[in-house]
Amino acid sequence: MMHFRGQIRMALLEIRDLHVGVEDREIIRGLHLSVHAGEVHAIMGPNGSGKSTLSHVIAGKPGYEVTDGQILFKGEDLLEMEPDERAAKGVFLAFQYPVEIPGVTTMNFLRAALNARRKARNQQEFSTPAFLKRVREVAGSLNIPQDMIKRGVNVGFSGGEKKRNEILQMALFEPGLCILDEIDSGLDIDALRIVASGINALRSPERAMIVITHYRRLLEHIVPDIVHVMSKGRVMKSGGKELALELEACGYAQFEDAA
Amino acid sequence: MVALQETVERVKRIDVDQYRYGFETLIDSEKAPKGLSEETVKFISQKKNEPAWMLQWRLEAYRRWLTMTEPTWARVNYPKIDFQDIYYYAAPKPKKTVSSLDEIDPEILKTYEKLGIPLREVAMLEGIEPKVGEQDPAQRKIAVDAVFDSVSVATTFKAELKKAGVIFMPISEAIREHPELVQKYLGSVVPTSDNFYATLNSAVFSDGSFVYVPPGVRCPMELSTYFRINERNTGQFERTLIIADKGSYVSYLEGCTAPQRDENQLHAAVVELVALDDAEIKYSTVQNWYPGNSEGKGGIYNFVTKRGDCRGNHSKISWTQVETGSAITWKYPSCILRGDNSRGEFYSIAISNGFQQVDSGTKMIHLGKNTSSRIISKGIAAGKSQNTYRGLVTAHRKATGARNFTACDSLLIGDKCGAHTVPYIEAKNSSATFEHEATTSKISEDVLFYCVQRGLSQEEAVGLVVNGFVKQVLQRLPMEFAVEAQKLIAISLDGSVG
Ligand SMILES: Nc1ncnc2c1ncn2[C@@H]1O[C@H](COP(=O)(O)OP(=O)(O)OP(=O)(O)O)[C@@H](O)[C@H]1O
Ligand SMILES: [Mg+2]
Repeated sequence: MMHFRGQIRMALLEIRDLHVGVEDREIIRGLHLSVHAGEVHAIMGPNGSGKSTLSHVIAGKPGYEVTDGQILFKGEDLLEMEPDERAAKGVFLAFQYPVEIPGVTTMNFLRAALNARRKARNQQEFSTPAFLKRVREVAGSLNIPQDMIKRGVNVGFSGGEKKRNEILQMALFEPGLCILDEIDSGLDIDALRIVASGINALRSPERAMIVITHYRRLLEHIVPDIVHVMSKGRVMKSGGKELALELEACGYAQFEDAA
Repeated sequence: MVALQETVERVKRIDVDQYRYGFETLIDSEKAPKGLSEETVKFISQKKNEPAWMLQWRLEAYRRWLTMTEPTWARVNYPKIDFQDIYYYAAPKPKKTVSSLDEIDPEILKTYEKLGIPLREVAMLEGIEPKVGEQDPAQRKIAVDAVFDSVSVATTFKAELKKAGVIFMPISEAIREHPELVQKYLGSVVPTSDNFYATLNSAVFSDGSFVYVPPGVRCPMELSTYFRINERNTGQFERTLIIADKGSYVSYLEGCTAPQRDENQLHAAVVELVALDDAEIKYSTVQNWYPGNSEGKGGIYNFVTKRGDCRGNHSKISWTQVETGSAITWKYPSCILRGDNSRGEFYSIAISNGFQQVDSGTKMIHLGKNTSSRIISKGIAAGKSQNTYRGLVTAHRKATGARNFTACDSLLIGDKCGAHTVPYIEAKNSSATFEHEATTSKISEDVLFYCVQRGLSQEEAVGLVVNGFVKQVLQRLPMEFAVEAQKLIAISLDGSVG
């Protein structure tokens, strides 16, 4: 859809005063975040600050209690939607720890997921040859060997292979919002370059990305528009890409004190 | 051949029972009096025009049955069955006709839809007939075509089987046409005195299939296809006998993925398989009887005795089963490994949901030298169901070099169900090697979330994960059937999470 010039541009993802608890403990404590289409945001922050929790809550993982606040995606209330609805709307989460699904080949999994998403949008199912061709193309660009796709989903995959498999799915599903939770962990230098270029290829004016990472190195490959520092369940500071440099030099201590 | 194949594909899903009875002469009296007595047994035998030896066989079984008591060792609970309150013979009735899809239980329609059976076929499956005066010519034509096709396809199959020398007919016909074979093998694997239900079946069995594959013949087709077209309403006491003569091979498929209801609550079938030297029998079952309603009321009690005898050297019998239906399942397809170097296999998927109770497994009885067996059991329990694997592996003193491998995996969905593994292992000689592995796991929340994050519904996700869990067994089913079974598994678990 075209936007009229002069109209205030609505954020793709708008999080307002989010509070999330797990088992009576508040983990997200009044978080605000506004991400526009075309932007790449990086979230950095110490272990346990709530980064993965935030990504899970956006995606709709059960087990979290949202006690206050709002999450809007394209103006719609995400918290009212089932997780598969959110996925069909275009929310994609590349997991920090992708799971293994024995007995289900990656190929079958991709097809089932892709068709479920298309069905949810009242689109025709992919024809098998078109689907196979598309998977081969994308897998090729990510250096994913064909035999890996024929194996059970992530079963016996190395850490790096699992991460590449996440990007493969992201590329196939063409989501509107990509949340990448520590996509760089466990990647060797070459794999990092391949994964980063796979992600960069998906940057587009219609799509936004949230890149969660501990390392500036990833942000050298995927250059963010905005960097947020998260601590104890809040965004403590936001800035340009130079904030990542500052963090690497000084650590998180200055932000924690403020919390 | 493509057209034929299509017709087969189409027709095999259709239960043509409802049309079949149009071609048969009507019998005067439809039902035997309620209850079981020598009179009932005589009545049944007479109705079937059986020779005297068959009646004697039945009567002996009946007298034996009077002295027996119902087994209670299985982990199943049900109200006491009053065996005098059952009809033991009823002429098969044509299905009740309804005039529109609206009159069919929406739950059943939903199942058909999920199985991918088109509605016009559903109309046929459910025996819908247009009301007088508002005949739908298109629908009429389909129904006629279906009958027509199935008859011609069946005829083609029959000719092909005949050319190969394979005998395949209802056992009631075989008793009259091939008495020498039936007399030689009937009860030779499951003797009339075997167990309470098998003995009952021997006295009152209604009908079933008979297969004989002559020496050296590889049966030219899956008997499944043919069987499903010609499936008969065999009633509650089904009896099947399959003989693979020396060096022959046959694959037989029993059952149907479409949901099956029956007025008779008690089902006690007997299946006997005999494999002579170098012969192989592959027997696959998909069972989807009515499991009872959401409160656990109604549902079929399925008490089955299935046993294969690897009578010849180098013979092989392989059981594959997908059990999703029935309120109660009591079933242990077994192999007697009598011939030297014979091999028995058991691949099972048993799914229980709601209030279903499953007690199933196998027995591998090693009698011959260098016999081997393999058991792969996948139990899935959801809802408030109880799912028990019960397996016996024994090696006789003379069964030197006997080998068994058993793997029993259970998957729990939710926390109100139970999975139990009860292995009995007995080796009477020191050269036997038995391996047993068992695992029980819960379906992982993280795995389910991973799937729904990718866009699958909760139910699709469970179906996918479960199908992955049972893949090793599904692969054993004939190809086209595996696809249907896969859908069936997902359907059986509907509503088990979330
Ligand atoms: N299911 C849960 N039950 C209890 N505590 C939880 C649960 N999930 C998260 N937490 C707690 O919430 C806090 C935030 O966890 P989270 O995984 O979001 O951190 P993170 O910022 O992603 O850390 P890391 O950088 O190590 O990945 C941690 O203290 C964690 O122990
Ligand atoms: Mg994390």
